[in-house]
Order: sequence, then structure tokens, then C-alpha cells
Amino acid sequence: MTVKRTALYDLHIRHHAKMVEFAGYEMPIQYQGMGVMAEHLHTRAEVGVFDVSHMGQIFISGETDPANRLERIIPSALKTQKIGAMRYTVLLNDDGGIIDDLIVTRLSETSFYIVINAARITQDIPRLQSVLMDTDTLHHDQERILIALQGPKAEAIVTKLFPGAQDLKFMTSRSDDQNIISRCGYTGEDGFELSIPIAQMDSVLDNIFAFPEAKLIGLGARDSLRLEAGLCLYGHDLNDTLSPVEAGLSWVIQKQRRESADFCGAERILTELKEGTKTRRISLLPEGRAPIREGVEIQNIDGQTIGRVTSGTYSPCLEKPIAMAYVKADHAKIGTDVNVLLRGKSLPAKIAQMPFIESKTKKG
Amino acid sequence: MDTIYFTKDHEYIAVEGSTATVGITDYAQSQLGDVVYVELPEIGTKLDQEDEACIVESVKVASEIYAPAGGTVIGANEALNDNPALINEDPMEEGWIYKLELSDAGDLDALLDEEAYQDYVQSLS
Repeated sequence: MTVKRTALYDLHIRHHAKMVEFAGYEMPIQYQGMGVMAEHLHTRAEVGVFDVSHMGQIFISGETDPANRLERIIPSALKTQKIGAMRYTVLLNDDGGIIDDLIVTRLSETSFYIVINAARITQDIPRLQSVLMDTDTLHHDQERILIALQGPKAEAIVTKLFPGAQDLKFMTSRSDDQNIISRCGYTGEDGFELSIPIAQMDSVLDNIFAFPEAKLIGLGARDSLRLEAGLCLYGHDLNDTLSPVEAGLSWVIQKQRRESADFCGAERILTELKEGTKTRRISLLPEGRAPIREGVEIQNIDGQTIGRVTSGTYSPCLEKPIAMAYVKADHAKIGTDVNVLLRGKSLPAKIAQMPFIESKTKKG
Repeated sequence: MDTIYFTKDHEYIAVEGSTATVGITDYAQSQLGDVVYVELPEIGTKLDQEDEACIVESVKVASEIYAPAGGTVIGANEALNDNPALINEDPMEEGWIYKLELSDAGDLDALLDEEAYQDYVQSLS
């Protein structure tokens, strides 16, 4: 399979990005002269610009509202979702396992815009199509870029380009026939994602980079930023055997959906909501400086295995290692002392509060 | 006066008599990015040439550092515990990682001299 490139590839090369393969795309991991640490801190202090055009941008529309159909495989309240409102949610398999995590935006009374993970496009599209009717259309639009501006100075830049954007609240969006401007992100900062036709991208990018504080940020810092913010990465912290309840995402299932119980895997999920799950996703704060990474075993203080790390990094803001993990539910309480097995050594760690940093998103 | 040799894994070994100082090259640190943690080898550890000697971690990845030559670990740079970024700032001097008592100077024959190493790095870009 050939490795794909986003429309911003030349821009990354001009900025001396170190390119790596990610989810079938050649993507920037970091930029020369910055690096993961500086890019991370710059995003929190100023504004970072991320190329996330590898993500799947899916448009679904119908003669009637497709929400009825989509609610069978997405457990959030889509029927009552207002135009412009965005929901972080999950796509479920028949067993209530998470096929992908995604953001669903209602564009009109009969259409949705869904952003899905690049690595899951080939799983998600057939799953979405499986519930649609002949009169619905699903379009995977590959003629658009998706860029994220994240950080305290994102609002000023986006408002200059798209007047009125400052009025958007977190998880709302507005669209015209060209662009979709969404107030959301994957860093815990205030910020926006801009979906723009490739044909129009040059002027938008020129306008963004006219601001000297707008710096390109690679996937390396994107990962450490999202982990500090306590946000999941599919394929690491989420997979198709885990339910939204185990993943700590039961908040995506609104009350009316729990009552109607009309989505795939509802039986399992409702039982788990009532009785709890065997394992749960938690945050972990290891003592010392050694980063604790994916796959590391977690033991209780008696030496019994209780779980495994699913994501781990060094936090540039906290200046210490942080991790996300799944552990047995009876060890998931915040403050619980555990040990992690790193290269044959047992090191102390604590179950911690999620997120690791205070969210700066623009709540209404 | 010490003699410096290099490996294709981007370690250097500065040899003075039967003892040597080991670290990673400037090219290695630039590829690795900001070093946030170094797991130093324990004093007394016996290493064969190309054994894994220690771990250097950036935000993103953990990288194994191999022994350029066989010997016994006789010192480790404790300053890296508090300031692992020394590896980025000054890899060949302040950012050294450990010291070896060489077991077989013959191991050095397999290594690159500075000129050959620089040519090798050039060939990578």
C-alpha cells in the first residue's frame, strides 16, 4: 500500500518537518528548530497549528433525518442534537465495543459531518453505511484539509480569518458552503478546527502564518498534549473489545438513550452501567522521572497484576511522567498506590485525577 | 590524550589507556530530540561489545544505547539524573553517560574514526 500525503505535505517539508508514517499517511512528527518539548509548550502558551487532514471527513445526508439510523450504532442523542452542535461520541459494534471515537456535528435538519480517525476509515465507513437507507448519501470528502489551531491565541487568529468565530462556544460549529469552523480540539486548550476545500487552502494558510506566533506542531506534541488533557487515542486507549463504560466514556450516552436502549450492545452497556465493569480506564502518575509507556504491567502493592498502561509519555508541563491505563475496578480509586514493572524493576505510582492539566476550553 | 571512536548506532567512545567514556553523538541527540530521562548502567556491570548498556528517553521514545566495546562499568554520569538535557546541550562533554574499564582493546578495531563517522552521517541525509 502506498503511503498517502496530505495537501499540506509541501508546507511540512518547507518547515523541515521530520516525517513519519502514521495511519497510512506521511505525517510530521516534529519540526526542525522546535521539537516535541518546545512545540508542546508553545501550544499551551501561544498557539499551535496542526495538520489533521489525514482524518476522515465524512458527510452524511438524507431525505429524512439520518439521526434515527445513526443512533443504532452511535449511542449519543443525535435526534435532538441542534444544528451546529458537536458531540464527541463512539461508533459501536454489535457487542457494544468501540469501533472508533469520533466527533459528530449536525449541519442541518437532515445532514451530519463526522470526523473519524485515519486509521479507522476502512472500518468506519462500511459500519456507517450498514445503517443508512438508499436515499441517504455518505461522502468521504478527500478534497478538504482539516487544520487545528490550539492555544490561548487561537481565538484572535481564527476571528481575524472568520469574523464572528469568537462567539462560538466549545463544541459548536458554523458552516457556509465552503468552510466548517468548529470550536474543539485535542489538547485541552481553547481552539478551533477548520475544514477548508483544498482549492482555498493557500489563502487561509497565508493568513494564519502571517501571525508570527502561529507555529506548526507535529504529531509528537499532539500526543503529549492530548495525554495531559486526559484524551484517548484509538488503538491505544480504546479498541473494539472495550465498551464506552470501561473506557470511562459513559457520559457520551445521554439519559434518553439509556432509557430507549435502542443501540447496538445496549444490553451489555446498560448492565455495565448498573453493575460496573471489571476494568476501568484511569490516569497514572509514576514517581521518579522514568517515562512509563504502553504495555507496562501494573501491580497492586501485593505484587498481583491489576492492569496495563495504554499510553504514557513525559509531560512537558508537569515535568514528570504521566500515563493512561486500564486496571481492575477495585484498584481504580484516585490515590491508590500501585507499582509499575519497568524493565524488570518495580517502581511506585499512584492512580491520579484525570485530566493532568486544567482544561482551558471555552465552555458556555 | 584520548582517542575517540564511533559506532553506526551513533555512540561514541573516548579511550584513554584502558578506560573509556561513552555517550551518544550530536547527530544522535538531534535525532532523538529532548532527552527527558536516562537510565544509567549500574557500576560493576560487565558488558560485551554491542550489549544494551542503558536507555535514553525522549518525550516520544525510549532508545537503547549499546556498548561500543566490552568492559566493566566503572562510572556513570549522575548529573544526568537531575538534568538529562545535558545530552542535548553538550553530548560529547558534559553529557557523557558512563565510563568503562575495557576488557579487550581489540573491540575498538571494529569502530569508525571521526572522519569515517562523519562520512557515514553525511550518507544518511
